[in-house]
Amino acid sequence: MRVGVVTFPGSLDDQDAARAVRFAGATPVSLWHRDSDLHGVDAVILPGGFSYGDYLRCGAISRFAPVMTSIIEQAKSGLPVLGICNGFQILCESHLLPGALTRNQGLHFLCGPQKIRIENTTSAWTSNFVKNQEIVIPLKNGEGSFQCDDSTLAQLESEGRVIARYLGENPNGSRNLIAGITNARGNVVGIMPHPEHAIDSLTGPTTDGLAFFTSVLTTLVGK
Amino acid sequence: MAKIVVDVMLKPEILDPQGQAVGAALPRLGFTFAQSVRQGKRFEIEVEGDPTPAQLAEISKAAETLLANPVIETFVVRVEK
Amino acid sequence: MALDTVAIASTTPDQVQPFAELGLKGDEYQRIREILGRRPSSSELAMYSVMWSEHCSYKSSKVHLRQFGEKAPKSDVLLVGIGENAGVVDVGQGYAVTFKIESHNHPSFIEPYQGAATGIGGIVRDILTMGARPIAVMDPLRFGPADAPDTRRVLPGVIAGIGGYGNCLGLPNIGGEIIFDQTYAGNPLVNALCVGVMRHEQIKLAKASGPGNLVVLFGAKTGGDGIGGVSVLASETFGASGPAKRPSVQVGDPFTEKVLIECSLEIFAEDLVVGIQDLGGAGLSCATSELASGGSGGMEVELDKVPLRDPSLTPEEILMSESQERMCAIVEPSKIARFLEICEKWDVTVTVIGKVTDGDRLIITWHGEVIVDVPPRTVAHEGPVYNRPMAKPGYLDQLNAKVLDIPMPKNNAEIKVAILKLMSSANMADKSWVTAQYDKYVQGNTIQSQPQDSGMVRIDENTHLGVAISTDANASWSYLNPYEGAKLALAEAARNIATAGAKPLAVTNCLNFGSPEDPAVMWQFAETVRGLADGCLEMGLPVTGGNVSFYNQTGDVAILPTPIIGVLGVIQDVRTRMPMSFDVAGLELYLLGETRADLAGSQWAYLHNERGGQAPLANLKNEMSLIDLLLESQSLCSARHDVSQGGLTATLTEMVLENNIGATITLEGDLATALLSETPGRVVVAVHKENAPALLALATKDKITVTKIGETGGESLTINDVVMDLTELRAAFMETFPKLFG
Repeated sequence: MRVGVVTFPGSLDDQDAARAVRFAGATPVSLWHRDSDLHGVDAVILPGGFSYGDYLRCGAISRFAPVMTSIIEQAKSGLPVLGICNGFQILCESHLLPGALTRNQGLHFLCGPQKIRIENTTSAWTSNFVKNQEIVIPLKNGEGSFQCDDSTLAQLESEGRVIARYLGENPNGSRNLIAGITNARGNVVGIMPHPEHAIDSLTGPTTDGLAFFTSVLTTLVGK
Repeated sequence: MAKIVVDVMLKPEILDPQGQAVGAALPRLGFTFAQSVRQGKRFEIEVEGDPTPAQLAEISKAAETLLANPVIETFVVRVEK
Repeated sequence: MALDTVAIASTTPDQVQPFAELGLKGDEYQRIREILGRRPSSSELAMYSVMWSEHCSYKSSKVHLRQFGEKAPKSDVLLVGIGENAGVVDVGQGYAVTFKIESHNHPSFIEPYQGAATGIGGIVRDILTMGARPIAVMDPLRFGPADAPDTRRVLPGVIAGIGGYGNCLGLPNIGGEIIFDQTYAGNPLVNALCVGVMRHEQIKLAKASGPGNLVVLFGAKTGGDGIGGVSVLASETFGASGPAKRPSVQVGDPFTEKVLIECSLEIFAEDLVVGIQDLGGAGLSCATSELASGGSGGMEVELDKVPLRDPSLTPEEILMSESQERMCAIVEPSKIARFLEICEKWDVTVTVIGKVTDGDRLIITWHGEVIVDVPPRTVAHEGPVYNRPMAKPGYLDQLNAKVLDIPMPKNNAEIKVAILKLMSSANMADKSWVTAQYDKYVQGNTIQSQPQDSGMVRIDENTHLGVAISTDANASWSYLNPYEGAKLALAEAARNIATAGAKPLAVTNCLNFGSPEDPAVMWQFAETVRGLADGCLEMGLPVTGGNVSFYNQTGDVAILPTPIIGVLGVIQDVRTRMPMSFDVAGLELYLLGETRADLAGSQWAYLHNERGGQAPLANLKNEMSLIDLLLESQSLCSARHDVSQGGLTATLTEMVLENNIGATITLEGDLATALLSETPGRVVVAVHKENAPALLALATKDKITVTKIGETGGESLTINDVVMDLTELRAAFMETFPKLFG
């Protein structure tokens, strides 16, 4: 299985996402932002970081990259896409996912282990979790507050498209403590905390994040 | 040469923690005039000559596509001589 | 204003020049005239003024810093020593690690966010320019009193700036310190450390060799940032009402630097540069003169080719600009096309601005006219060297002889109050409010970070090789005895590396002092350097480089001497590293090392405004034995934490609160002294019962005193009859920072 990891100028966690893909047993493929060729990958990860320095708005410039044109197109046909942190921001700016990520309510960049609950286990990236499984993965961002209008919120909740929710105190002001969502089809997932930093207890708080990456392999094998 | 200004603000229902922080800081400095503060962005775009309606329409489209995120922001385009 | 060229300068020897406003002394100006055989052009004057400033030329410190070379211990690991942008050490398996600390003190007082941000940016570029991928940063910081209004202004901005820049570069922040002290009011210290890794064959040096090779400027465009920053800002004290001169502070753009890092690493990987230098303090003046000096000396630069953000800049301003995120490379003509391609890929502005010549002069032209024609070594390396007057401060003998006047807790109730008071004080309290603003996970190689004794990063995923770094300084001790203070800081940093299981290898330092024009300060500096050099020789740890920051004072009052010592160590297998705290009950706790009544210069003394007394004497032989013991007993221990500021109180508190497992401790002798003394050379170790005999045997062999002090477990920290409920202790420990800065 080949999983593409996109590098935009300013992407930071691309290497870590690639490592997570390797740990999960797949082959990471580096995708350059200017290249619209996805090289036949089976899935794509938009990693964390500060693409384009977060200028204008986080992900606002990345979303127009040539690679995104192809990703948007293929996502509509079912290509599994995972957006982590900045990647989630890019997915929202591209309208592959609804809503937007805004400045943390507390105004500070916050980095630390975060408890979340996985509420949707049918999406391409969460199928290896047990429904309502509670996990701990790092959260690190300055603009992680998920915002959307009331009707979008109602739709996300009623359709079970909230894949992850923060537990405990709201770390950034996200509506309904939403930490991650999926599209209607379940192939495009955006998550604010970083599963790729929780794959090895030597360097992360837990290994709870690995299941995101093994899930997509299970999903793909099942196809 | 004309200067087109695009002002972008968060929609009223979106939480604006930066505006809130500014609003909280003002009275600490002795300024008590503000009931509330919201923070936005201002883009200054220089164009050749006076902008035609078509150009203004184009700028609005650019504002809607790039300069602002319509999911959470509104914008106003005006010409400043 | 008409362009002042070399030709014009040759024919107008009597033109009055503003050398004093540019920070040059009269005799320095005369020397420039002698070197050139005429008056300098205004551009040459600008170059000499920035390069001969204290910050760039080290004119007051050079004579003392020589000791690091003269007393350098024999070391097999030093690959690049003092004199280059950063030192490089061999850590085995073909890897070379480069690390360095730098200061950005004065700009951080003026503009905390940007001052701190550009401090990070600058040190990262120093590491990058050695050919390494930067892999981590650390920030040793000092501020005025925690509750002072100005600290409220400076601290949040500094933390946000360090986080904002470092996080955006994708560099984990793996440690640092924050100390509050009255001495830093008006003179905060923002020191930044960066560490990078590369293969041996990838090391790059700053030399412009090979006539015909091209001088290439790449990175950000040049603007009017921080013009004269080094000459004016870092080389002058602040007047009582603030800085007398106020040039624009540099503004950083971390995105540009991140892209610059990736672009540069690709360029290095394809071996496209002959030499490279980053543009930091003194910008182009520094880069061109240093690169030229590193080669045969000949270089020609067309200054008008420099891409500008602000087209109104004069040549003098371009030469002095400290715009961030710029590098200067020497590239063979056959490789320039590929170099330009890689820059284009990353959208990095790149311009050929000159070439290496076979002469020995640096010649800079502006639209064809020669505005600079100098021997580059006189600019970059042969600046003034001062042997400034030194005099032991008159107050010191009396201060050392002082009988300490510190209230000591006398009964259990008072001990409990003292513990809470100490651990809730700003210097000892939990720093999560700060460290949560730093990314520690990015790059996925951080093995340990704050609040552990040292930061540790894995450098090889397959072999598990790693490096550890700690930075330490105790200004209270350096004030009482600068010679011992330096040795003590060195020992502490080395000890902090060893508690995790890493072997100390090399040293960097950032020496923060008051005005070198004050003989007392100069004496403190000389003693500090002597102590550090002697200490490094005895411990076998070479100084690889560092930074001197003078003029940290307001009016006549200098800061306490603050030599921040950074020690880098290597660990063969990061999986064996030892954490600072235990995560199970039932372990035995031992104190390695002896406790004496060392309250002078302690945190407890500081809390009671007692600054006098005798600093402890460093016993480096003992410290080295302790390090040996720590390394030899790696597999026997479960957790280890060093004892430093805050004494045993701090060590035990931090250990029990880290994993929320209490401890029952029994201490002999005067309890207050046992808990509050800051005798150096001590570590608290947790071991499984069955490993204790082996540990004790090793300690006997290494001649380290070992005392059993208790056991882990329970919901309280119990010391003799003093019972501290963990909840209460945690509340006191955790509340302080959010209350002060939240």
